[in-house]
Amino acid sequence: MADKITVGHVHMSGCTGCLVSLADNYGGLLTILDKYADLVYGLTLADVRHIPKMDVALVEGSVCIQDKLSVQEIKETREKAAVVVAVGGCACYGNITRFGRGGQPNQPQHESYLPIGDLIKVDVYIPGCAPTPQLIRNVCVMAYLLLKGNKDQQELAKKYLTPLMQLADRGTEACGCDLMYDVVNQGLCMGCGSCAAACPVRAITHEYGKPNVNREMCIKCGACYAQCPRSFFNFDVIPEFEGIMDAIDAALK
Amino acid sequence: MPLMRHSNEVREMAGELGKYKLCVSARSADKAILKKAQDGGIVTQLFKFALEEGIIDGAIVAGPGDEPWRPRPFIATTVEELMTSSGTKYNISPQVSWIKEATRSFGLDKIGIVGTPCQMQAVRKGQLYPVGLRDVPDKIKLAIGIFCMENFSYQSVKQLVEDHAAMKMEAVKKMEIGKGKFWVYGQRGQVVQLPLKVTHKYEQPGCHVCLDYVANLADVSTGSVGSPDGWSTVFVRTRNGDDIWSKAIAAGCFETKPIEQVKPGLELVTKLATEKITKNQKTVEERAKFGVNKGLRNPYLGPK
Ligand SMILES: Cc1cc2nc3c(=O)[nH]c(=O)nc-3n(C[C@H](O)[C@H](O)[C@H](O)COP(=O)(O)OP(=O)(O)OC[C@H]3O[C@@H](n4cnc5c(N)ncnc54)[C@H](O)[C@@H]3O)c2cc1C
Ligand code: SF4
Ligand code: SF4
Ligand code: SF4
Repeated sequence: MADKITVGHVHMSGCTGCLVSLADNYGGLLTILDKYADLVYGLTLADVRHIPKMDVALVEGSVCIQDKLSVQEIKETREKAAVVVAVGGCACYGNITRFGRGGQPNQPQHESYLPIGDLIKVDVYIPGCAPTPQLIRNVCVMAYLLLKGNKDQQELAKKYLTPLMQLADRGTEACGCDLMYDVVNQGLCMGCGSCAAACPVRAITHEYGKPNVNREMCIKCGACYAQCPRSFFNFDVIPEFEGIMDAIDAALK
Repeated sequence: MPLMRHSNEVREMAGELGKYKLCVSARSADKAILKKAQDGGIVTQLFKFALEEGIIDGAIVAGPGDEPWRPRPFIATTVEELMTSSGTKYNISPQVSWIKEATRSFGLDKIGIVGTPCQMQAVRKGQLYPVGLRDVPDKIKLAIGIFCMENFSYQSVKQLVEDHAAMKMEAVKKMEIGKGKFWVYGQRGQVVQLPLKVTHKYEQPGCHVCLDYVANLADVSTGSVGSPDGWSTVFVRTRNGDDIWSKAIAAGCFETKPIEQVKPGLELVTKLATEKITKNQKTVEERAKFGVNKGLRNPYLGPK
């Protein structure tokens, strides 16, 4: 018990789909809760009313700045959590709430939504709408190794999490246009097709090997850029895929 | 993160030939496969075996597209479909675009995929950092990488074939890069060779930052270089690749020779891999000072 880390799920302006993704680890989630993490907060699952101190806060959803309670809660989350993880497109990049502009009953003034990184410092991003169960699982296991593991495990966890921390550092805006700005325009695209596979709304097709984004369809989730092997490709981690996948599997046995 | 500040660091991390358990020269034992294959028919034969044995239930391959020699990535679930994909198309085929769909409407649980080294990198990144690829990581059962020095856009290949080699695209039987030349073989037996110098300006720019020649991250990788015509050089890399390769050998799918006994062998493979990585590493480094006090992005340092 004492060796577990404490984890909370903080629900801002999200759809709970990120939490469902965590739950979609099925037995894997139960193993994580048995061996590595205590869920100390999560309004959907537990009757703890106020944000407690925790090692890792998994935050989903963006923040409505006209909603005082939300603003207060995201600030409190930062104070109470050692590591803040933005889970999903909304927390990382605003995602569909980027299109919010108020005017609906019964809070027509609720019109401005910001990704959490615009209000607090965020340590790790897990982009995607929905984020994948497997990436949430990997981050949970790595966070445990970082905080409770031996020296080698800490080293691995740090290396693994680095690009997800760098994404958090990079900014709070995302769009299919990232593929143009930061990959194609930079002379880096090699036509692999990962971006099209990653897009949840099929906004991306390939014309003669290069991505073509239908921007009217794009919901600004950031999955395409994060998945692109020419956004980040960390040679100190990815070539070790066999060993790392084995280690994660073993941890969840 | 101070990754890749020096060429030597990359060398060590990437390694010219990557990690491997076994390297041989090989060719398929199936005459029908050899007839249409680019080299030793390794890719088609290994997928055929894996499909027949139920090791995979489909493979993402590059088949015929809308125009002659324009590949279209598709999911072959039968040997007949697989057989239409043999042969190298020297232009971009976005193989990875099907990787999630394979697990959705196609309902595959055990996916095979063939691709260039960068596409193998994309697959492994997708397995370790699945952002938009739910349920894909565990379903990749056989990733076959093909060696690759560079690729071209469709328009580039067309330019090379129709303008420089003065042949019609639909009249071409085979294209090949080897022995320092770009070879175009016509249906009627004519052969045109272009010096590689002519082809350089047509290369896909994104290839110039690529630090992998022999598909280091595949389960099994294969290419023509190092082995005689009609044969392939094969690296068996992962535990999974080793398992499938051994079963295919036991089933009599391949003829093999120790790589040490063939000419030009691993020496040439290593030489070309070293040249590619050295040249492209230099390009990566030069990008840092591309402008005036400003540079271009380096994906190997992070997403910024
Ligand atoms: C762009 C490119 C550059 C290459 N450069 C080199 C090189 O420098 N040195 C070297 O030794 N070998 C190189 N090759 C590999 C070589 O041409 C053969 O593809 C390889 O040896 C496999 O031959 P095979 O007889 O085993 O495959 P076959 O049984 O003939 O099957 C070929 C397989 O390749 C796939 N394929 C064809 N075109 C593409 C494409 N554009 N993208 C992704 N998959 C494709 C097909 O789906 C098919 O499954 C290159 C291949 C490509 C596509
Ligand atoms: S994922 Fe592949 S095709 Fe898409 S932008 Fe990146 S390199 Fe290009
Ligand atoms: S193009 Fe698709 S994957 Fe990329 S940000 Fe838009 S919705 Fe997300
Ligand atoms: S040279 Fe590299 S980037 Fe270009 S197609 Fe080949 S493997 Fe991909």
